[in-house]
Amino acid sequence: MNATREPLQRVQATGGKSRETSDSTGMRRSRAASAAAVRGGLILAAILVMGWLLILPLAVVIGEALKLGVRAYLDAIRSPETVAAMKLTALVVAVTLPVNVLFGLAAGWAIGKFRFPGRSVLVTLLDLPFAVSPVVAGMLFVFLYGRTGLFGPWLFDHNLKVIFAVPGVVLATLFVTLPFVAREVIPLMESAGNEEEEAARVLGAGFWPIFFRVTLPNVKWALLYGSLLAAARAVGEFGAVSVVSGHIRGETNTLPLHIEILYNEYQFQPAFAVASLLSLFAVISLALHVLLEKKRLTGTAKRGLA
Amino acid sequence: MILKPRTLFSILALLTAIAPGASFAQTYPAVTLLNVSYDPTRELYRDVNLAFQKKWLSEKGQTIEIRQSHGGSGKQARSVIDGLEADVVTLALAHDIDMIAEKSGLIFRNWQKRLPRNSSPYTSTIVFVVRNGNPKGIHDWADLARPGISVITPNPKTSGGARWNYLAAWGATLKAGKTESDAKALLASIFKNAPVLDTGARGSTMTFVERKMGDVLIAWENEALMAKELPGGSGLEIVVPPRSILAEPAVALVDAVVEKRKTRAQAEAYLNFLYSKEGQELAARHHFRPGDPEVMARYAAKFPKTGLFTIDQVFGGWAAATKKHFADGGIFDEISRK
Amino acid sequence: MTRSQGTPKSGFPAAARGASKAARPRVLPGFEAALGLTLAITGVLVLLPLSSLLVFAGRTGVPKLFATLHDERVLASLRLTLSTSLLAAVLASVSGLLVSWVLTRYEFPGRRLLDALVDLPFALPTSVAGIALTTLYAPSGLLGKRLAGLGVEVAYTPLGIVAALVFIGFPFAVRTIQPVLADLEPEVEESARSLGATPLQTFFRVLLPEILPALLTGFAMAFARGLGEYGSVVFIAGNVPMKTEIAPLLIMTKLEQYDYAGAAALATVLLLLSFALLFLINRLQGWAERLGRRGA
Repeated sequence: MNATREPLQRVQATGGKSRETSDSTGMRRSRAASAAAVRGGLILAAILVMGWLLILPLAVVIGEALKLGVRAYLDAIRSPETVAAMKLTALVVAVTLPVNVLFGLAAGWAIGKFRFPGRSVLVTLLDLPFAVSPVVAGMLFVFLYGRTGLFGPWLFDHNLKVIFAVPGVVLATLFVTLPFVAREVIPLMESAGNEEEEAARVLGAGFWPIFFRVTLPNVKWALLYGSLLAAARAVGEFGAVSVVSGHIRGETNTLPLHIEILYNEYQFQPAFAVASLLSLFAVISLALHVLLEKKRLTGTAKRGLA
Repeated sequence: MILKPRTLFSILALLTAIAPGASFAQTYPAVTLLNVSYDPTRELYRDVNLAFQKKWLSEKGQTIEIRQSHGGSGKQARSVIDGLEADVVTLALAHDIDMIAEKSGLIFRNWQKRLPRNSSPYTSTIVFVVRNGNPKGIHDWADLARPGISVITPNPKTSGGARWNYLAAWGATLKAGKTESDAKALLASIFKNAPVLDTGARGSTMTFVERKMGDVLIAWENEALMAKELPGGSGLEIVVPPRSILAEPAVALVDAVVEKRKTRAQAEAYLNFLYSKEGQELAARHHFRPGDPEVMARYAAKFPKTGLFTIDQVFGGWAAATKKHFADGGIFDEISRK
Repeated sequence: MTRSQGTPKSGFPAAARGASKAARPRVLPGFEAALGLTLAITGVLVLLPLSSLLVFAGRTGVPKLFATLHDERVLASLRLTLSTSLLAAVLASVSGLLVSWVLTRYEFPGRRLLDALVDLPFALPTSVAGIALTTLYAPSGLLGKRLAGLGVEVAYTPLGIVAALVFIGFPFAVRTIQPVLADLEPEVEESARSLGATPLQTFFRVLLPEILPALLTGFAMAFARGLGEYGSVVFIAGNVPMKTEIAPLLIMTKLEQYDYAGAAALATVLLLLSFALLFLINRLQGWAERLGRRGA
């Protein structure tokens, strides 16, 4: 009957029960009281930590954005340069996301379902972009595609623009976001095991039916969550993109770069207004994730019942 | 409640499809120019570009669009070297343009001789910004070195403006009849008094005005005048030291790019426009000292006369100054280790 | 049946637990194609750029590379970067453990909202984070004013760097610890408690051994991330040579001076440090895997 509830609540119920059977009434009462105090204290501490760490900076952004009123706020986010930056950022996300998904699924299938030599090295490599300084990441693309870089002379001879143009911005964003989907999908593909797929195989199913009917349903939530994180990161990436963008207004300026420009023009309120837009995007995508997760839990619970 | 894989994919497909469809095809007007500039000129070039566009359209009947890129002067120069296709560069120091010429060959080495006044259509100097009423009594460079004075300046390693600040302090000391070791001691004390070294001139202004850090900000005169117009800048005062450097931001045509893009005529006209009465007027209005004597005379009240020396006079040019002071292991490194 | 319980948010521990199951002969199709695609994308997007770094650093020659790194200012910045990242990673792990515990064990109003907010630093542009934190901690700021009253300076000191790095590292810590805590049966703690263990004993003897691998993984991730962080730190750091100048800023400085080789050399050092940390994470996974097997 509580199959649709979250494991968390179930956990509390059973926890309470086991306590009841093992303790005498007096001890139980005092322990229950102290447990409640610990619980309240810990919750309070967590809320304080998060308030101090995350909510306060967020509040600063929103507060500064609305300092001059709603009208100024709307003017700021509707200015042509902001809109151009939004479009570019949307384009970057539109390109990076499918690549991320494709890569995540391929890597998930290869690494999650098979063992092979060099597998752990590959896993480490996949995580590397997380640990590379964004500044260094940007620099790498200058070393590769810049005029004095490895491919630069050839590219410039053929009039192909990579760096200081949209392709460079996309490449840098891809580098930074690449691990997100893969990191969510691989462990799930792995822990799901191969039994279902193998059964399907024995029944004569080919790769695509197995993949779409068996594997994908198992990892779809991880896939979506990874995509959300990747999208959020792609929207917000600053360091790497800053190095390769060239900062041409209305052309290679993404939203985070545009914020920096506004800030450097002493347009604080508009800068924070655009920043609040990005924060809003972040919060929406995160809220979406929580919603998805709720669905996932109810979904799997139902499946478990059937 | 479970999303079918098909639904899932159509969501992803939709996401992919929406964005590129949303009119990314840009329609370029007849000609575009890219002006790669440094931070404090944003407002100036916004006006200059509008005025030039109007003039070019009425004179030649051609629509011209000027795109702007701003950032730290050194970073911008590096971007041009690495492939940012600028038709013109308008940077904080001649050294950065020299570097483009030297490292990439995109600009002819004689660039500085091609336009009047060392290719500096407008100039500026280095001044002090202090709090209301000048409570610490700061009037000259030596005052910045006093113990207990908190000085805000950007980092000479990353900021062109900071290099002018540094050289102004050094040169003013020599011009006052003191020795190089006095100058070194003075700068060591000044940097000891600096709690923050922002990466750019604008960052320093923000630290001083918005964060209310420091007793004195060393800044471009144009930045100082602008800082007073900021919401938090109403009580600030500008102190012009008795001796300071003539800061000469430089402009140049990027030869290889204008040849390739066939924009030489427009780019040349654009740079010449900076020297015209109209261009000089705009520069003065945006707090840069115009080189044209007639325009300068009209703004004499805004730009007080002070003992200005040039980098060529005191340091023998940028190449020598950079090598001696700012290169790794140079004097700035030496004093910041103490 | 435990599959549905774990929140598959963060990979490592879950990956480790399921690892033994995947070891099967290759019955399934598509391995070559999937691996090929993975390697191709990794190669073009990750390996190729990284190898260019080695090429540029290699152009300098080894002696000059060492000379670059032996510079006093470079060493000071590396020390600062390492120490602030380390401290920040410790703080992020401790607060991350607390928050994950509360998020997985207790139900209270606003829990979901808090849970969602954890990822905020992933998504917020680092420059915005830097500006917001500086606004907050500067002597004229909301917190800075009060802290200044207590004689504590945060902005423009190493403490400011730590504050920015905790912000950046926090989600890494939470997202690695949370799933493991969610998978851990509370009955174990309950029985320990009922056998007379104090809460502290329960924590150190029962809980900590179980979550230690995840905790250390989160710590290492936050640490690795902190080593390279630039965008949020430059605003709040002060950037004074020998005092508050971080290594990534020095990389930028070297680039400004057209010293590509020097920048590449320093970047290589940072990269090797990160790589070493990631390798450590991988070893921790192995450890967690063994623990998991023993438990099963």
